[in-house]
Amino acid sequence: MTHPSDTGTAPVLALEDVSKSFGAVRALRNVSLELYAGEVHALAGENGAGKSTLIKTLAGVHRPDAGRVLLAGEPVVFHGPGDARDAGIAVIYQEPTLFPDLSIAENIFMGRQPKRALGRIDHKATHAATLALMKRLGVELDPDRPASGLSIADQQIVEIAKALSFDARVLIMDEPTAALTGSEVARLFGVVRTLRDQGAAVLFISHRLEEIFQICRRVTTLRDGAWIASEPLDGMTEDDLVRRMVGRDLDELYPKQDVTPGDVALSVRRLTREGVFTDISFDVRRGEIVGLAGLVGAGRTEVARAVFGVDRWDAGEVEVDGKQLTSGAPSTAMAAGLALVPEDRRAQGLVMDMSIERNIGLTGLRTTVRAGLMDRGAERSRSLDWAVKLQVKYARIADTVSTLSGGNQQKVVLAKWLATGPRVLIVDEPTRGIDVGTKAEVHRLLSQLAADGVAVLMISSDLPEILGMADRVLVMHEGRLTAEIPRSEATEETVMAAATGRAAA
Amino acid sequence: MPESLTRAIRWDTVVGALLIVLLLFSFGFVDGFGNALNLSFFLGNTLPIALIALPMTLLVVSGEIDLSVASTAGLSGAVMGKLWNDGMAIETIIPICLLLGVVCGLVNGLLVTRLGLPSLAVTIGTLAAYRGIAQIVLGSNAVTDFPTQYLDFAAGRFGDSFLPQAFLPFLVLLAIAVVVLHATPFGRSLFAIGASEEAARFAGIRVKRAKLLLFTVTGVMASLTGVFWALHYASARYDNATGLELSVVAAVLLGGIDFDGGKGTLGGAVAGVFLLGALQNVMSLLNVSAQSQIVVTGVLLVISVLGPRVARQIAIARAAGSPG
Repeated sequence: MTHPSDTGTAPVLALEDVSKSFGAVRALRNVSLELYAGEVHALAGENGAGKSTLIKTLAGVHRPDAGRVLLAGEPVVFHGPGDARDAGIAVIYQEPTLFPDLSIAENIFMGRQPKRALGRIDHKATHAATLALMKRLGVELDPDRPASGLSIADQQIVEIAKALSFDARVLIMDEPTAALTGSEVARLFGVVRTLRDQGAAVLFISHRLEEIFQICRRVTTLRDGAWIASEPLDGMTEDDLVRRMVGRDLDELYPKQDVTPGDVALSVRRLTREGVFTDISFDVRRGEIVGLAGLVGAGRTEVARAVFGVDRWDAGEVEVDGKQLTSGAPSTAMAAGLALVPEDRRAQGLVMDMSIERNIGLTGLRTTVRAGLMDRGAERSRSLDWAVKLQVKYARIADTVSTLSGGNQQKVVLAKWLATGPRVLIVDEPTRGIDVGTKAEVHRLLSQLAADGVAVLMISSDLPEILGMADRVLVMHEGRLTAEIPRSEATEETVMAAATGRAAA
Repeated sequence: MPESLTRAIRWDTVVGALLIVLLLFSFGFVDGFGNALNLSFFLGNTLPIALIALPMTLLVVSGEIDLSVASTAGLSGAVMGKLWNDGMAIETIIPICLLLGVVCGLVNGLLVTRLGLPSLAVTIGTLAAYRGIAQIVLGSNAVTDFPTQYLDFAAGRFGDSFLPQAFLPFLVLLAIAVVVLHATPFGRSLFAIGASEEAARFAGIRVKRAKLLLFTVTGVMASLTGVFWALHYASARYDNATGLELSVVAAVLLGGIDFDGGKGTLGGAVAGVFLLGALQNVMSLLNVSAQSQIVVTGVLLVISVLGPRVARQIAIARAAGSPG
């Protein structure tokens, strides 16, 4: 098949030498991009490379300071998101925002429902139109289901259907797979291929490089706001792409060191939380990184929460270094040497309005104390110390963490917990939504911690991460442990089989 | 740099400046404000607000509120009057009243932390309940014949100076509150709880225990205020301190304590208390009716909630065009 770009037709949507500055920050510098009908085009770059600004420029949120936006070869000026939408450009965000109490059909046709006489809403027509959209996407979703119960994956499908109902010809997907499981990603890709074959142009953003290679034909790379390259992915390797993104050779993404496991540091026995997980038993030894895999909703995060004490457990035992923990008491877990880097860093890992210094300081409220009062000098040096060790990029240690990029926020969460000198570290989705450079840093850090004798339990939905980092892989399926796979036997197939309940342990 | 400028102009400093401006204006232009007697009235009448504002500040910083404080004060005064009428010694009565404050605070705290109810709703309920119990206890009687040395302490001032004697214990309590909120690990954890309860829990902070403690302390302070009120005005009635919660909440919010929790300083709250107190004193001197004074307090409350938000909106509008 010849690619549309070879046939001489104009791109559906293009940027030509576009620049955009915010104050002194040059977010985009002479960036060009061409999207053709019937192609899936990847946009790659680290956090802060200018991807968001580029998307917002295409979506009519920002107007370029210099350069042009071309629609089917003709220059256009979008005065707002409405203009871009009317021109057939739709953006699907990582976390869709639907009206939870309305049905799928009502969400799609919000404000534009087909009407009957006297302005009454024609529910039948709305239902039928929604069904038709779902059929085009090849997805089975009941139009009358309320949006509130939908998974993020299903919500994205609804957003895509909504975009189609606006006759979108260009779909911009901003990290759509970040919160999806393997099978959900596969379904989404099915939808994307269907749309591509129907002639849509798709701009796809993801931090997961293997996904880019899986679904995209060409890639445009940005670095520090500058355009680096637009090229076919054919013949490129992941390393080539990473090199374009970071501008240097990257150390191995999964720098796992070989270790000989020591004594058992974390021991979980027959742990049960009714209706959530059942009969969970496992050990993590000093020096080990144990991966905990499974589909979203399998109960992995819930086990971590219970072990740390944020939730209660109904039956079972948890021991850290032989010390028994009490149910529902994070402070005793911390005192025993347990640390949890939670899955949602913005809501659980950090107090977003607090400074970097004080966020790291929150785990030291018992230690940086003199005569019952906060020892501010000790608190500051403890926070500075760990912020520097983890190479957090910040202007001032007193800046609120909300001013940091996602990757740097995650480093602050890690700093906060490493400062407690944990014996057992549980990390839940430690690299979700952070750029590949920081991801490699986090992996190197985990590997180093294990080498230093820390027992690490790593929950991740990123299968290559589990396979690349874990000495052993535990797999959960519907609230139970279904497999324990040694590193030598862990493959995508064996882990996915256990995660989907197709194989017994 | 407009950004560093807005950071420098903090709301609590603004309130402190407003207080100074109001005081200077009143000394210069309001007849009868500057003499020692009136100043002692101003400070004495403001003390009940100030006393309850101390724990209320900590409570609001942690994201909760207690609207039952004035009723707890009223109940405590009513019980004091009843027991005094029954012939009990005042030295026994006062500890009993403080214990009653513990119970009132515990009830609020347990309903909020164990049942997970919103404190706004819980304490509106106990606001009515505690006041009702006060009326059952004392009926429409007024008890006035407390021992003179107690009455003298609660109403008296140091010689001919403007300083009420009861102001000294307040300063001690203020110092304790400032240290607790701004210099202890407990105070630090309150800011974390108010800004993000979930993140605080994930950092091993005992959120429920902290809140229960705060509600209890608030109950004790409210009941101490009730005792002070009955002695200061030499009258224990079931409707003592009615509506005081409005003044306390208005003053605390006016002082820059964020209603959503996680932000504020005790300095700001105290400035808010005395700004409101001075305003009420000046209005009385200018013969503004009590009803109109309540209107002014209410308007101040709305402004103090609105003010910081409008300021934030302006800051956001100004920042439009910077990276987002």
